[in-house]
Amino acid sequence: MQKIYSKIESIVGNVITVRAKGVANGELAVVASAGSTSFANVIKLDGDLVSLQIFSGATGTSTGDHVRFLGNPMRVSSSPNLLGRVFDGTGSPRDNKPELKEEMIDIGGPSVNPAKRIIPRNMIRTGIPMIDLFNTLVESQKLPIFSVSGEPYNELLARIALQAEVDLIILGGMGLKYDDYLYFKDTLEEGGAMNRTIMFVHTASDPTVECMLVPDMALAVAEKFALEGKKVLVLLTDMTNFADAMKEMAITMDQVPSNRGYPGDLYTQLASRYEKAVDFEGAGSVTILAATTMPGDDVTHPIPDNTGYITEGQYYLKGGRIEPFGSLSRLKQQVNSATRDDHRALMDGMIRLYASFKEALEKQSMGFMMSEWDEKLLKYGALFEEKMMDLSVNIPLERALDLGWEILGDCFEPNETGLRSDLIRARWPKHLGE
Amino acid sequence: MTRNTGRVLGVNGNMVNVEFDGAIAKNEVGYIRQGDIRLKGEVIRINGNIAALQVFEMTGGIVVGDEVEFTGEMLSVELGPGLLTQIYDGLQNPLPELARQCGFFLQRGVYLQALPNLDWEFTPTVSVGDIVKAGDTIATVPEGLFTHQIMVPFDLVGSFTVTSINKAGTYKTRDIICTIEDSKKKKIELSMVFSWPVKKAIQLYSERLRPVEPMTTKIRIIDTLLPVAKGGTYCTPGPFGAGKTVLQHATSRNAEVDIVIIAACGERAGEVVEILKEFPELIDPKTGRSLMERTIIICNTSSMPVASREASVYTAVTIAEYYRQMGLDILLLADSTSRWAQAMREMSGRLEEIPGEEAFPAYLESRIAEFYERAGIVRLHDGKIGSVTIGGTVSPAGGNFEEPVTQATLKVVGAFHGLSRERSDARKYPAIDPLTSWSKYTGIIKQSDVEQMRRVLHGSHEVNQMMKVVGEEGTSVNDYVTYQMGELLDSCYLQQNTFDPIDTSVAPERQKHVFAKLRHLMNMPLTFETKSDVRRVFNNLRQLLLDWNNTLWESDEFKAAEAALDEAFKALM
Ligand SMILES: Nc1ncnc2c1ncn2[C@@H]1O[C@H](COP(=O)(O)OP(=O)(O)OP(=O)(O)O)[C@@H](O)[C@H]1O
Ligand SMILES: [Mg+2]
Repeated sequence: MQKIYSKIESIVGNVITVRAKGVANGELAVVASAGSTSFANVIKLDGDLVSLQIFSGATGTSTGDHVRFLGNPMRVSSSPNLLGRVFDGTGSPRDNKPELKEEMIDIGGPSVNPAKRIIPRNMIRTGIPMIDLFNTLVESQKLPIFSVSGEPYNELLARIALQAEVDLIILGGMGLKYDDYLYFKDTLEEGGAMNRTIMFVHTASDPTVECMLVPDMALAVAEKFALEGKKVLVLLTDMTNFADAMKEMAITMDQVPSNRGYPGDLYTQLASRYEKAVDFEGAGSVTILAATTMPGDDVTHPIPDNTGYITEGQYYLKGGRIEPFGSLSRLKQQVNSATRDDHRALMDGMIRLYASFKEALEKQSMGFMMSEWDEKLLKYGALFEEKMMDLSVNIPLERALDLGWEILGDCFEPNETGLRSDLIRARWPKHLGE
Repeated sequence: MTRNTGRVLGVNGNMVNVEFDGAIAKNEVGYIRQGDIRLKGEVIRINGNIAALQVFEMTGGIVVGDEVEFTGEMLSVELGPGLLTQIYDGLQNPLPELARQCGFFLQRGVYLQALPNLDWEFTPTVSVGDIVKAGDTIATVPEGLFTHQIMVPFDLVGSFTVTSINKAGTYKTRDIICTIEDSKKKKIELSMVFSWPVKKAIQLYSERLRPVEPMTTKIRIIDTLLPVAKGGTYCTPGPFGAGKTVLQHATSRNAEVDIVIIAACGERAGEVVEILKEFPELIDPKTGRSLMERTIIICNTSSMPVASREASVYTAVTIAEYYRQMGLDILLLADSTSRWAQAMREMSGRLEEIPGEEAFPAYLESRIAEFYERAGIVRLHDGKIGSVTIGGTVSPAGGNFEEPVTQATLKVVGAFHGLSRERSDARKYPAIDPLTSWSKYTGIIKQSDVEQMRRVLHGSHEVNQMMKVVGEEGTSVNDYVTYQMGELLDSCYLQQNTFDPIDTSVAPERQKHVFAKLRHLMNMPLTFETKSDVRRVFNNLRQLLLDWNNTLWESDEFKAAEAALDEAFKALM
């Protein structure tokens, strides 16, 4: 039996309290006022005092509104009819098509038993040397793009999504600018991928709290399809908005902040989402690519910092390029022993030399005389940035590896590279001799 | 015994307030009934007749008024044969068995027996009439590589007389194999299993010894420069992606100890999977058996409930202490202790305790100290020596070591392996900073020789700093040699490629051999005309050393590469 409660005791931020009995922690409710209704969920129980967070925000909520508990947690449809559809942060259609009520599943479900996971093994090719060669993307990886706002991170996400050979793309937009939403829609349509795409989009003009549901919604659906054998790619942009919404909620709930106002469980909250990335034994996989904009370009800010500790690497986007420093794929070693025998050595060796180039650059900027060795490094750095780092470069991994050796050969003597002699014998550009 | 009961009064995150009748104890375990399932929790505060229960599960669905059963027992683990090779969650639930029963996902409220009821070849070591006390061995069973001692439960106080003991034969883990009685003739039946509360250190030994013997890891920078001793403690702080986990995994494969316990505490599930899948396939060169046979994994990854994350490090160290009681050397690797500290912080916040720095509770420091204090090398009552070595990673916010967890840890550990972002960015692995890291232990190489290396590294660093001010042209050729010498030691000795089949583990003998060679080079009076001569010579030396590192120890290639190096040395005279 559903009981309706019509006495709201308090309204603070987006949280209301009512007195009710028999309500379960996490239960979903509908709050109805004169003109509108909104979902809310139970976040705290204290005797018969029930605290709920209102997804559409408490603006305009009145003490006379009605609260109806639904007896279940938040759910989302997981039917194949989702394909090609666009929903908002609460799972309601955004595309004027009918509401979906089939195959409803709980969001924020339990985590996968680690004993049932398998070691990721499939490289996702992107044609971008800074990814394929230096920070290989792997199926079932969770990986954010760290970037300052204004960088083309959404373009990069869309490009990888179109290039990756996946069965299903799920876009989770949080605080997405309307233009960016349209950009994704158009790009995926033009790329012929819209019929294998599902979108959960919360735009910048929607109520803040709603964006907190987007990752759970997108990931619950992704998990369901992965269990059915599909390779699913989830794009989450921008996770910083998600974290900020959480911060707002924590402050409303009088939680003691741990770092710059963010709640102490930020790590746990982010991790429970990102850890949904998985390769299921005998079924499909969930790969998560996210965008995390760094407030003030500060990678030590709690959001990118906690994210970095959770995800399996990150692509650091700066000045329209993926930076060699700060970028990392932690799963690359799972796949790059099988790509080509020089892959690992070249990938580390070239970055080590790039680090030396940066030092030389620093010396040059101080006005010091450049030694012969510094000159070589400067030449190397320029070539590296032009041929490897430029995002317009689109070549297969094998070509990128060959290119790497050509650049080394152009700039250095073999024993200046720090690479092993056996590799040099096998790969040093022939026309240059050893 | 009558069990106490209670009712749920409120829920806040994983903290549940319960009104109870009768008497309950702090750290007592209680279960919240939810229809058919029971959710486990631990009492962490009592106020009047209200207990705060930290629940080891998601608390969705709990309703005010739900019934709670208290067990009268503290949060404990089961100890006995069969622990080795197991993969447990933070509460000692066997994960593979859970997967067999529940499938892909971790189901709430399913608690399985930690130790399977297996057959063991049992050999008694006491006879009827013998007097025994807690921790004494009453029998042995072979467990993989080891002779597992069946001991009198550690919590029994006083002396007991053996009144029956089974003959040698095959028995199951949970069979009664012995009975003992106390001075009041009260009989106690013993199986091969007993439990022990995780938050209490096992202290059944006659004395603690000073950790002096090196625990080698086959990682050059550690064994040579920043050694760890058996029974010692060390920490590995570093920003994300600097290589803490890779370093711990390498250590777990190569460390010269009997048993390795890996506590994956609040980190990525995928990293545990790598161990899970790889260790059974990897052969331990020392024993010829799979690495898994000496390994136990406690795995409470970041998306698993945060309260059992808090418990997981205690579960791990308790199992370590248990095997130490058999005179074995145990290495406990915890990744990451910051996640454990954060679990304490979340709990403390929900208890509305007065927060300390960065909202960590005021008792953070003492908890960290207590944990590392459980390491140590001890002489047991039977004269055997056993040790627990603890290595913990620390994940400081923003990579800044000036934060509560790192600072509290540095106060209590014996070695500090600090990872630097600069080194990991430049792919100089392991990214342990050789200049700021320290160790209070002695390693495999003579102290004075290590000091010499350290001096060269410092000198080299200083010259490099100076060059940034005065440029290369303002640097003397001699200083430039110092600089290049340091760089050479760094790139060919301190750096080590974990993903290379040969370089990944370097035995102590080889380290000594190569180190002697490098010391010879450091002692050579080197004179050069120009800096480009220096660079040319050192580039050549680096190539020779790298290629030497790449050969199998004592193989023909090894000798040939060494001869080539000797030639190059001669040319320098
Ligand atoms: N010794 C090494 N040799 C080669 N590569 C390494 C080494 N150590 C680390 N790396 C590279 O750096 C990546 C990150 O390392 P690791 O996962 O150990 O970092 P971490 O310090 O544990 O980070 P976090 O705190 O986020 O868990 C690895 O996946 C690997 O690509
Ligand atoms: Mg790690």
